This record gives sequence, structure tokens and C-alpha cells, in this order.
Amino acid sequence: MTAELCYLYAVGRPAELDEAAEGVTGQDGAAVRTVYAAGLGALVSTVSADRFGEEGLKAQLEDLDRLEAVARCHHGVVAAAYQRTTVLPMRLASVYLDDAGVTAMLRERGEEFLAMLSQLEGHVEWGVKIYADPGRAVPAPARPVPPSAESPGRAYLQRRQENRRNQQQLHRDVEAVVSRVAEAAGELAAARVAHRPQQGELATGPGENVTNDGYLVPSGHGEAFREAVTRPAGGVPGVRVEVTGPWAPYSFAVPRER
Amino acid sequence: MSAERPAAAEGFPHDLRTPAELEPVEALAGRQVALIDLLDRLLNGGAVLTGDLVLSIADVDLVRINLRAVIHSITPDDPAPW
Repeated sequence: MTAELCYLYAVGRPAELDEAAEGVTGQDGAAVRTVYAAGLGALVSTVSADRFGEEGLKAQLEDLDRLEAVARCHHGVVAAAYQRTTVLPMRLASVYLDDAGVTAMLRERGEEFLAMLSQLEGHVEWGVKIYADPGRAVPAPARPVPPSAESPGRAYLQRRQENRRNQQQLHRDVEAVVSRVAEAAGELAAARVAHRPQQGELATGPGENVTNDGYLVPSGHGEAFREAVTRPAGGVPGVRVEVTGPWAPYSFAVPRER
Repeated sequence: MSAERPAAAEGFPHDLRTPAELEPVEALAGRQVALIDLLDRLLNGGAVLTGDLVLSIADVDLVRINLRAVIHSITPDDPAPW
């Protein structure tokens, strides 16, 4: 077992990859460097086997703070590279025994990678999340009922009925926004990927995340895209569209057969 | 609602401009993105998964196995589909 391993961030065409690695810091502060094979280049850095070997990685990835540090570092390398040239982002924590492992992988999958690079060239990814927030939905106007005219039981039932109506209304509003956003995005985007809606402790509210999509959009159309996908929720109470990006096209660097 | 696993990316038009020519440089890097959005992309969603095809015995693609635990702890109500 060697004391050092090779962490892989991204794969791209050799031109400009050296520049993309220059001055970029990798995991644990190591310099990012390039490994070339099969007409491709890989951005890698040397990591310690203690931290990125089997046990070390397990420990790091199960600690949310460490996971965050590893993820942000990985993202930093990918994003810096993507500003210079199209690269395929690799999955978080793609670790090889050594550079030879990376070159072997490049040789094996080179054709597939070159095809994916051509597809992604000139595009960036935008994230579009739609939220339903009952707390911000406007309640349907309650019919004025003089308290004395109704029994408490009837008033209760009436309130429940109104709540249900409000919920149904919000549900319909959300559905409508979801389909209008998809339609508007589809006119500008080359491809779409649905991620799982966000929930759990890392999800940021307010409201419930209903859709969480990635769109592959030609570079330079970002503002038009943002405007097109946020417009459908304008003036719809309780429904919100959040746009993130531009991202390197993480969600689209996926081989088709997978 | 529409939460199936990645509908395959389809129909890429070819456009040979590089992103750097067209997007503001600081747009891609140097911004603090939300961790959950990042993890959607780095773990749940896309990014090329290698490793499994390349590494043999000594370097089992352990990473993937452990990440399942991580994701699970992040979204306890909605286990990762893999």
C-alpha cells in the first residue's frame, strides 16, 4: 500500500488543461496537475492514503464538515477549469492508486469521454427549483359567518373545508407553474435532468421543494433562461422558483447507458 | 411531481463557443454555492463515475458504498435510489 493516492477531478481535451490547473489548489492544499493519455487530459492531485484511502475516505465523507470541505474543493477545481475549457466533472472522491490508474482509465474510456465533451461544449448547467409554501399562499376569502349564527361544530367543519380548498388551490397553482416552467425552460435548454427534490437538514426553505431540475443551456443564454423560468411564478402566491448556476454541466456528464 | 431519476440527456445542439467567452468569469467560480445543490450534482446526480471500471480488488469502489450512508443521513426520509 503506497502512502499516496491520486485524486481525479475532471477530464478534458489537452489544450488549455495545463492553464486550467495552474494555481488551482486541490484536496488538502495540494497543487492540481495534469495527466495525459489517449488524446485526453485529467486534472488530478496527490492525496494521502491516510485521508483518501478506504478508511480515511469513509471517515471524511461521513463527517458533514469534512464532506463539505472535500466537495467544495472538488467543485473549486472543476469550476476553475470550466472557465477555461470544457471539462467532464468526475464524481466526488474518484480516487486512483496512482497516475497509471488514471491513464489506464483514460485509455479505456477515451472515446466515450471525447463524445461527451463534444456534446457539452458551449453549454453550462442551470438549476431550477420550484417550491410550494403554504405559509405564503393567500387563503381563499372566508365567507363572513356571524359567530353566533353557527354552532362551534359547523364552524370547525367550515374551517376545515376552507383549509382543504386552499390546499387544493395551492396544489393546482404549483402544478401550473411546474408545467409552465418546464415549457419555458425547454425552449432554451438542450437537455434536462430531474434530481430528487431536496429535503432533510441541508434543504433550505421556506416551503417544500417540489421539483429540482438541472438544465443544460447554451452559454450566453443564462439571463434569458433565468427570466423565462422565473416568470411563471410571478404573482402566484405560495409558489417560488429558485435558479442556481451557472454550473459546470455536472448533471449532464453522465454516460447514456448508465 | 416530476422526480424520476435523470431522464437521459438528449438532443444536444453543437455549439463550439467556450463558456468563458460567453459567461462572466466570476459566475462559475468564487461563489459560495449551497452545499445541498452541490451534493445533488456531485453525488446524487451527474458527474462521471469512473473507478468501478478501473480499479481492481485493492481499490474497491468503496466510495460509492459509503456515500450511500452519507446521503442517507442527509435525507433520512428519502433514501437514495441507488
